[in-house]
Amino acid sequence: MNAKTNAASVDIQEETQIRPYTMNFGPQHPAAHGVLRLVLEMDGEVVERADPHIGLLHRGTEKLIEYKTYTQAVPYFDRLDYVSPMNQEHAFALATEKLLGITVPERAQYIRVLFSELTRILNHILNITTFALDVGAITPALWGFEEREKGMEFYDRVCGARLHANYFRPGGVRYDMPAGLAEDMFEWADKSVCEVIDDLETLLSDNRIFKQRTVDIGAVSEADALDWGFSGPMLRGSGVAWDLRKSQPYEVYDKLDFDIPVGKTGDCYARYLVRMEEMRQSIKLMKQCLEKMPEGPVMVDDYKVAPPPRAEMKGSMEALIHHFKLYTEGYHVPAGETYTAVEAPKGEFGVYLVSDGTNKPYRCRIKAPGFAHLSAMDFMSKGHMLADTVSIIGSMDVVFGEIDR
Amino acid sequence: MTNEALADLAEHIQENLSESILSYNITHGELTLIGKAPDLRKIVQYLRDDREVAAQTLMDITAVDYPDRKERFEVVYQFLSLSQNQRIRLKVSVAEGVAVESLVPVFKVANWLEREVWDMFGIVFNNHPDLRRILTDYGFEGHPLQKDFPLTGYVELRYDEELKRVVYEPVKLTQDFRRFDFLSPWEGMTDVQLPGDEKAQKPTVGYKEYKKEVRSS
Repeated sequence: MNAKTNAASVDIQEETQIRPYTMNFGPQHPAAHGVLRLVLEMDGEVVERADPHIGLLHRGTEKLIEYKTYTQAVPYFDRLDYVSPMNQEHAFALATEKLLGITVPERAQYIRVLFSELTRILNHILNITTFALDVGAITPALWGFEEREKGMEFYDRVCGARLHANYFRPGGVRYDMPAGLAEDMFEWADKSVCEVIDDLETLLSDNRIFKQRTVDIGAVSEADALDWGFSGPMLRGSGVAWDLRKSQPYEVYDKLDFDIPVGKTGDCYARYLVRMEEMRQSIKLMKQCLEKMPEGPVMVDDYKVAPPPRAEMKGSMEALIHHFKLYTEGYHVPAGETYTAVEAPKGEFGVYLVSDGTNKPYRCRIKAPGFAHLSAMDFMSKGHMLADTVSIIGSMDVVFGEIDR
Repeated sequence: MTNEALADLAEHIQENLSESILSYNITHGELTLIGKAPDLRKIVQYLRDDREVAAQTLMDITAVDYPDRKERFEVVYQFLSLSQNQRIRLKVSVAEGVAVESLVPVFKVANWLEREVWDMFGIVFNNHPDLRRILTDYGFEGHPLQKDFPLTGYVELRYDEELKRVVYEPVKLTQDFRRFDFLSPWEGMTDVQLPGDEKAQKPTVGYKEYKKEVRSS
């Protein structure tokens, strides 16, 4: 009897000493924003080590592209970061155009910028509202998604799909904008979306709970942000004034007037503020594009790259042959290599394209911004509480389509 | 950045690293340095610390597989200098089974990027703190982005109702894997070298490698 009570007291003493334990966060967890399996080594509530296991959404995009023609490769880019599809098509289109040595007509450039900025707004609405959802605010998601749906209707009207657009093609954009779309987009940018952004701002920016969950959480210094290869709002949130649209302007960004918001503190709250301001700047850019957009063709006038119009194919044998060749063999891209990057909503999205002169890419490397951001997860969450990892993941804006590829 | 400015920069780098940089080229307004693999760490340290180059960030590490070459893999590094607003690409070639020096001590972002290159190409990085697979399944075999790895892979998985778990099985294709040769028959004929047609031109770049690959598969 005595021995038994002794043993029990020993057990209690052992138990009072909290042992570090390992915890699985995900892969099916709403705050993991997809299929992230995060193995956390915890000391009580404090994270000692975070080890993200990724690849649960790996589809071998890079390998698949090696077996497809350049035209067939475009839709794969929609499926990477599925909340900002057009920006990624943009990077691939620019890279292919660089190797082909062609310049896109001006109207197509404006349309591309217009839709890139629309995509940026849609991406940031999704990120900010789900981020707020993760830290306990439900209303932003309900309000924001209504507006996001309106934005995706513009996608629908211009290319026929809400998400997987396949709209930016090497050589321009697939179709011209239908009649009335420009007016509706202007009205949306001028009024509807602004109101929702204002509403989000009143809900979140001064919200005490939201600030308690984000201020000073996951703070990254300027030097660390560079060391970890950050880009986009993650880099700007840490106070680095760097945006490819300004520093290495592509398309018509150098003709447009916009500002780059830069954060001060490098924490989750700063990244939220940067994204909020970026949306306002994107609205400004959209309006400028719609005002300045010239009339004209939206695809290069070269039937070796761009398909001929359907009407012409009914009468011209040559157009028919071109069409047939383009959709079976595709076009041959001169041998060479290029690394072309665009400022996607999540950061620098780059395509390293190696061509060997055939109709298929020899190698197509996709540089996704989220990959570098998530790799800093251990560094950012060390010493924080478990609940803070949720804030950090939310502020990183991770989408597994692009991280796992 | 103009091509002249890039050429100046390349000259400057080559002057300081004459033994480690084999050559450079500028195409499409992009500078590519070709370095010696054993000197990689030295080159990168220089690119980061030199004031004229000032490559503050490493944007990407990847590799390209050329199975016909003696040094099969080309490891490609993309650097970005924010202060100079320029990009630099560095390439080193390594043979299969030869390790590359890890860049983790110089750039922290190299950690996952190198893990991915290891996973996809099977290139080993020396002194890497944590060289595990990253994108493929637990227990995966092979390196998918090597050119001789089949597109379909070797195994497929399904849920087995009897065993109540996921089982792996060899890939079964209901139809043979097809890879169409889209090159036109006129181009396709040229490497046959018809008698009396000795003057015929060989086809353009890339064609030969493609053909060889088709035959071997």
